[in-house]
Amino acid sequence: MQSDHTTTAHSHEGFPWKHVIGFILSLILTVAALYVVVSLSLSTTATITIILVLAIFQVLVQLLFFMHITEHEGAYQLIAIIFGIFLAAVFVAGSIWIILYGTY
Amino acid sequence: MSNIKDFLLNDFFVTGEPMIYMADVSIVLVTIAIFVVLTYFKKWKWLWKEWLTTVDHKKIGIMYILAALAMLFRGGIDALLMRVQLTAPNLKFLDAQHYNEIFTTHGTIMILFMAMPFLIGLINVAMPLQIGARDVAFPYLNAISFWLFFVGAMLFNLSFVIGGSPDAGWTSYTPLAEKALDPGVGENYYLLGLQLAGIGTLASGVNFVVTILKMRAPGMTLMRMPMFTWSTLITSVIIVFAFPVLTVALAMLTIDRLFGGHFFTATAGGMPMMWTNLFWIWGHPEVYIVILPAFGIFSDIISTFAGKKLFGYHVMVYSMVAISVLSFLVWTHHFFTMGSGAAVNSVFGISTMAISVPTGVKIFNWLLTMHRSKIRFTVANLWSLAFIPNFVIGGVTGVMLAVAAADYQYHNSYFLIAHFHNVLIAGTVFACFAGLTYWWPKMFGHVLNERLGKWTFWIFVIGYNVCFLPQYWLGFMGMTRRTYTYPSGLGWMPLNVISTVGGFLMGIGFMIMVYNVYYSARYGKRDTTGDPWNGRTLEWATTSPAAEYNFANVPEVRDQDAFWEMKKSNRVKEWLNQPIKDIHMPNNSGRPIIMAFFFFVAGFGLTFEWIWVGAIGLFGVLITMVLRSFENDTGHHIHKEEVERTEREAGRIS
Repeated sequence: MQSDHTTTAHSHEGFPWKHVIGFILSLILTVAALYVVVSLSLSTTATITIILVLAIFQVLVQLLFFMHITEHEGAYQLIAIIFGIFLAAVFVAGSIWIILYGTY
Repeated sequence: MSNIKDFLLNDFFVTGEPMIYMADVSIVLVTIAIFVVLTYFKKWKWLWKEWLTTVDHKKIGIMYILAALAMLFRGGIDALLMRVQLTAPNLKFLDAQHYNEIFTTHGTIMILFMAMPFLIGLINVAMPLQIGARDVAFPYLNAISFWLFFVGAMLFNLSFVIGGSPDAGWTSYTPLAEKALDPGVGENYYLLGLQLAGIGTLASGVNFVVTILKMRAPGMTLMRMPMFTWSTLITSVIIVFAFPVLTVALAMLTIDRLFGGHFFTATAGGMPMMWTNLFWIWGHPEVYIVILPAFGIFSDIISTFAGKKLFGYHVMVYSMVAISVLSFLVWTHHFFTMGSGAAVNSVFGISTMAISVPTGVKIFNWLLTMHRSKIRFTVANLWSLAFIPNFVIGGVTGVMLAVAAADYQYHNSYFLIAHFHNVLIAGTVFACFAGLTYWWPKMFGHVLNERLGKWTFWIFVIGYNVCFLPQYWLGFMGMTRRTYTYPSGLGWMPLNVISTVGGFLMGIGFMIMVYNVYYSARYGKRDTTGDPWNGRTLEWATTSPAAEYNFANVPEVRDQDAFWEMKKSNRVKEWLNQPIKDIHMPNNSGRPIIMAFFFFVAGFGLTFEWIWVGAIGLFGVLITMVLRSFENDTGHHIHKEEVERTEREAGRIS
């Protein structure tokens, strides 16, 4: 563990371009989504489609630039991603089903 | 000038309530007392250097537990006030508004500012020791987590003297919690206090997952970890996936209240039901976040005091994994009566019943661990033994509630109240007390007095049953939750009187526990061996209290119950006498508490909708984060001579 700490400290030297680019990209995607909703008067379907696409890009930016998705280490990443996708599907589909069931 | 006076008296300070004035006076007196004592004994520097800026997991754990005990006191006072009000029909002890505020703060505080931090505190104290690590993976982040929880709790607690308490229940259901129906700052306190504490908890979850996956001692495979560490891992995974939902839901309701949004309003296309839905998507996993570490604590304690390996270790792990997945699939059972329809209710009713299967498996594993063993009835073990029957009552009534059709009768009645207190007290609170007694010597170097502990145990457990069992009957008799009073002639009074007596018995039990802390600090048996219970896991392999670096040499693990195996194969002495090297440790930092202070400023400003104060606070947060990014902090080394000296003084090496 002793050596772990020192190597991490050294590998962080140099300008963190990846983090800065990721940060700027995530800001752009966020502001774009806000702009589409607040300033453009598109149809509801168009608005939702656009912000969904922006959201997917946002997820990719987070995973690629900040969350070390490309650094494979055992099965942990894979299990975590699959569990995350499973839960997101359950939450979204479940919520729609719970709220809309019987109202239409 | 008169404007300011008007604002201070009508909106800022809570006025017109004698009990609140008493609280004001006591808050001022306690604050002055703390200042005087610290100054008189010249302890300010000590406080700052040893505690406020620490990144040591053991000290952070102790601070979590102290804060949680204070919150248990606050939440307990709330509970007793409610019990007094309900003792007899038509009492005027509390009015309706005050009663609403008290049940709201009682629930919120007990779950989010008592149960969770208590368990996270015990995790901080014990888990890194159990896996043979020197600290958690991110010690600096750990300090931020604690201070965020702390300022979140303080912000929430401030509400009852400044601005007024939240009053829409701990679930804060919309549209009631929206601005239109609940003006004032109370609900803002709820939203921002929980938001701050929630971010801290989320960071803790990440921290514990990484710690357990990456920092185990050599030889400790996942399937050799102590059960408490396993439960911490599973709990942390649940935290990581559940808490973002709370964060988002709170942010959305904050936007509604502060900036005129319409996510959950009853008008302008808002959808109040969605708050209920989102709240419980987080809220049900939250229930398992506070019960799984409890299961871990009981597993370790029962196995230690039975002197046997845990029965069905693998099955215990698999059932916890099953519980963690199922816990995300049952949330609708909290609002069957919202009327989603038969198909929705059936599916969630069945998934709820399914979750009782892995839980039942665990109960049998604990019983079989004790089968044909020589049980030692210490206080820690008594709490664990009492947990089993009392929790089963809560579990069985839970399955009754899971029957959606029947739930239409039980819903929001005192039957429900009795059910969830049965699982939360017999599960989580008993576990907190058991874990506190069990790990107390590891935290402070002396054992809590067993005689006083047994008095606490019996009075509390009897009081708890006297308090909550009658409430099942009250529920059947039609008494609903959150009623502040009831007319005479319904026949509710006898059971309510019994229940109130039970509540006060629990209070007496708690007071004896507080006295025990004082008594044991003065006269308690000192633990010089580091292993007062003949323990099985690695936290007992080091000194009590453990040195800053935890282990002079990280032990090599060869089996489950690592320390037990070392003792049986006579490896302890050999391990202690291994050559000692320099030890690399993280540096203390004052920035986490400063960052949390700015978070508090932001939270307080936004609560009062002073956007500029909020902006200043958040700007301060940003500055502290930027400063951290540019800091080159590689920690420090404890030299081997110093480690050798410490170990020699503890009598561990000659």
